[in-house]
Amino acid sequence: MKHRYIPMTETDRAEMLETIGVSSVDELFADIPEKVRFKGEYNIKQAKSESALTKELSRLAAKNADTNTYASFLGAGVYDHYKPIIVDHVISRSEFYTAYTPYQPEISQGELQAIFEFQTMICELTGMDLANSSMYDGGTALAEAGTLAAGHTRRKKILISETVHPESRDVVLSYATGQSIEVVTVPQKDGVTDIAKLEELIDDNTAAVLVQYPNFFGQIEDIQKIGDVAHHHGGLFVVSSNPLALGVLTPPGKLGADITVGDAQPFGIPEAFGGPHCGYFAVTKKLMRKVPGRLVGETTDDEGRRGYVLTLQAREQHIRRDKATSNICSNQALNALAASVAMTAFGKVGAQQIAYQNIAKTRYAKDAFEKAGFTVAFGGAHFNEIVVDCKKPVKEVNAALFEKGIIGGYDLGRTYPELANHALVAVTEQRTKEEIDALVQEMEALHA
Amino acid sequence: MHKDNQPLIFEITKEGRVGYSLEDLDVPELDLSDLLPEGFIRKEAAELPEVSELDIMRHYTALSNRNHGIDSGFYPLGSCTMKYNPKINESVARYSGFANIHPLQDESTVQGAMELMYDLQEHLVEITGMDEVTLQPAAGAHGEWTALMMIRAFHEANGDFNRTKVLVPDSAHGTNPASATVAGFETVTVKSDENGLVDLEDLKKHVGDDTAALMLTNPNTLGLFEEHILEMAAIVHGAGGKLYYDGANLNAVMSKARPGDMGFDAVHLNLHKTFTGPHGGGGPGSGPVGVKADLAKFLPKPVLVKKDDTYTFDYDRPESIGRVKPYYGNFGINVRAYTYIRSMGPDGLKTVTENAVLNANYMMRRLEPYFDLPYNRHCKHEFVLSGRRQKKLGVRTLDMAKRLLDFGYHPPTIYFPLNVEEGMMIEPTETESKETLDAFCDALIQIAKEVEENPEIVQNAPHTTVINRLDETKAARQPVLRYTKE
Repeated sequence: MKHRYIPMTETDRAEMLETIGVSSVDELFADIPEKVRFKGEYNIKQAKSESALTKELSRLAAKNADTNTYASFLGAGVYDHYKPIIVDHVISRSEFYTAYTPYQPEISQGELQAIFEFQTMICELTGMDLANSSMYDGGTALAEAGTLAAGHTRRKKILISETVHPESRDVVLSYATGQSIEVVTVPQKDGVTDIAKLEELIDDNTAAVLVQYPNFFGQIEDIQKIGDVAHHHGGLFVVSSNPLALGVLTPPGKLGADITVGDAQPFGIPEAFGGPHCGYFAVTKKLMRKVPGRLVGETTDDEGRRGYVLTLQAREQHIRRDKATSNICSNQALNALAASVAMTAFGKVGAQQIAYQNIAKTRYAKDAFEKAGFTVAFGGAHFNEIVVDCKKPVKEVNAALFEKGIIGGYDLGRTYPELANHALVAVTEQRTKEEIDALVQEMEALHA
Repeated sequence: MHKDNQPLIFEITKEGRVGYSLEDLDVPELDLSDLLPEGFIRKEAAELPEVSELDIMRHYTALSNRNHGIDSGFYPLGSCTMKYNPKINESVARYSGFANIHPLQDESTVQGAMELMYDLQEHLVEITGMDEVTLQPAAGAHGEWTALMMIRAFHEANGDFNRTKVLVPDSAHGTNPASATVAGFETVTVKSDENGLVDLEDLKKHVGDDTAALMLTNPNTLGLFEEHILEMAAIVHGAGGKLYYDGANLNAVMSKARPGDMGFDAVHLNLHKTFTGPHGGGGPGSGPVGVKADLAKFLPKPVLVKKDDTYTFDYDRPESIGRVKPYYGNFGINVRAYTYIRSMGPDGLKTVTENAVLNANYMMRRLEPYFDLPYNRHCKHEFVLSGRRQKKLGVRTLDMAKRLLDFGYHPPTIYFPLNVEEGMMIEPTETESKETLDAFCDALIQIAKEVEENPEIVQNAPHTTVINRLDETKAARQPVLRYTKE
């Protein structure tokens, strides 16, 4: 058959078979035992032309309600933020997206330098000494932080706050199971980690304490105290952090974090139904040789020109094989590039302004809800999410909001039974005052 | 600073420039100290760049010009399947209904996305010959680990806690033993025989009631089909172990042999390889896992199911290994792979494999007179040459790889698999024309001649790149992993 991705002509094929010394392509498959040989063709859908397929798939895409059309107040780890248009133009340069891991530095300086810049920007935001080239996402980055801590301290127990994203906690548990590490959840109190309970649960076999900052409820916890407890018992302190919030928040590196991880999705990466996003992994200098994944370092050539290479590879799975402590190989390089472009576009001033707008708009929403008679749970400082008591099943509320062009908040009852009827409402800089007012009014109307 | 240094973005920054556009705040402006307690507010701003939009575009355009992708030229990197990345995939993945949907939206508002995922799963079930597929793993290695965790759960559910060992051939991808270790297993290496295939006697020696699984790539990393696959399956299954298929090399056998029919119990696929991901400079990938029915109850949750004509995520999976990733996998990559499969159809996928194998065999025969070919038989999608002959003349495979850069090519995978001395693993893929293959072979043959006549030109290569060979020892001994303002 002729296909636009396959250039071989009949003449080519005949010449090549002659060079090989066989009379048909089938002979090249003669070593596949008859018994396992697949006969005929796959029973899958027939090929479609470019036009027919784009038409079909645009219709399929149109069946979904997207956050460009609807005003979305859904966050819970994935956010509708301003994505500078330039991001997509940069990552669409095919020298970037059609390359693979930069194994040959002489022809991969572009990718390597871009990653070096990404590592630097993550360090700047988190206040950590060094960062790797990316992880799959925030959840798996947190899980790897837990296993790193267990390996580093030779301890087999990790404590994780209940205020960490429930899906990330699930991933931490799966990873820990693989290495027979016990995971103990520290309960929340008033929307933040219960420090008294933490002190009861921690012991000298605790490898690490894992918290989220801002936490899953949008609350900004006093994490320094938690770090002190972890360190007092000789454990590591691991912080999962929304890097956009760090535009204005004191960075975890200044609050005692040994490892800071998170997801750079807020920086120019589309929600894309949950992935691909972009995990980041940053540590203090003493953990440099324990970091999973790839690191890019600066060096020079024999003429003194500056250049970048993958470095400290003795840590990595392809060298250590069965001695490896992480198996990550492919990561999220293109999304790290996207995040770098967004961090560059936002820049020093924009990162602060955007983070500030998130806080200010969320405060406005909080006040509006309270004025309308709703209870906003947990009184602490917040970033861009608040917990609203809807006084009705959230699913019902969201169905009504959807009719009005609004995607409502996350139904906390799904994962916190005691918070049934509570919605986690996210207000990013993308939401206008009109949209916030409409959300509150529509929810109020449901009680009229 | 050297005049040829490419400036870092931090070196072109200038206070007062911005590269973003933001609406003025439309709610009451409060002082940050009224919004946050004192200790929560950072004292020093993060030193992110301050540049204009044009500065950004020029910077990254300059960087892209210092990078080689498939669209720049031939990229025969073995075991990585660097085939053409179709542009329709990129367009479809950016449709707003796919790119701008939130994973926690009500299921009724994302039925189109779920339908696509479900149909992709169905296609992968047929392609692999397995019973069920999960799209949750983010990449190949993540898929390996996911499947091993399921195999572990399977044995433990049978009350079988002694299966602590995973067998891995010496030619395996480095991720295999690493994934086994991270899943809590001990790795046992199985030797290859003189034909480059798994040594059945050695396999028998290591298989026992402590065997959890054998991990295998077929064809293996030498590009050779493990023709004793059914005997191997019988040996492993006979001892109560499971057979795991590393799908990195699926491009070699699509429509010709399915892992499910070869006796494999679990398989991962690299959608960014066979199914045109793209590779993204090192990711994101996608590593779906397919399993036979007896492993299905251990699949990561949630599992996507179809009831009548509605798609739903099933969380009620008591024996599931749990989540391996937040949400449902790298959906954006899965959209691209689905688009590719639908562009090719059954006929197209068969042609893909036939041409991938034809191309590899053609190159192997053209290059055979000039290099050592350790395993002389028909290969599948890739083949491995040895630079032994050239090494005796003082030129290493690394040097020849660097010399290829001067011809505008990305070199093959080198020094892998580990069981070939001075190995060069070449995978052309089906999307390359005969002219390209010939030009590359001509270049490599010229290099072989240079090794004999003028080795310095090879030893000192590359000569035409923006930078010479870099000092990797210095990079590792005095690590500089971030920019610091002088």
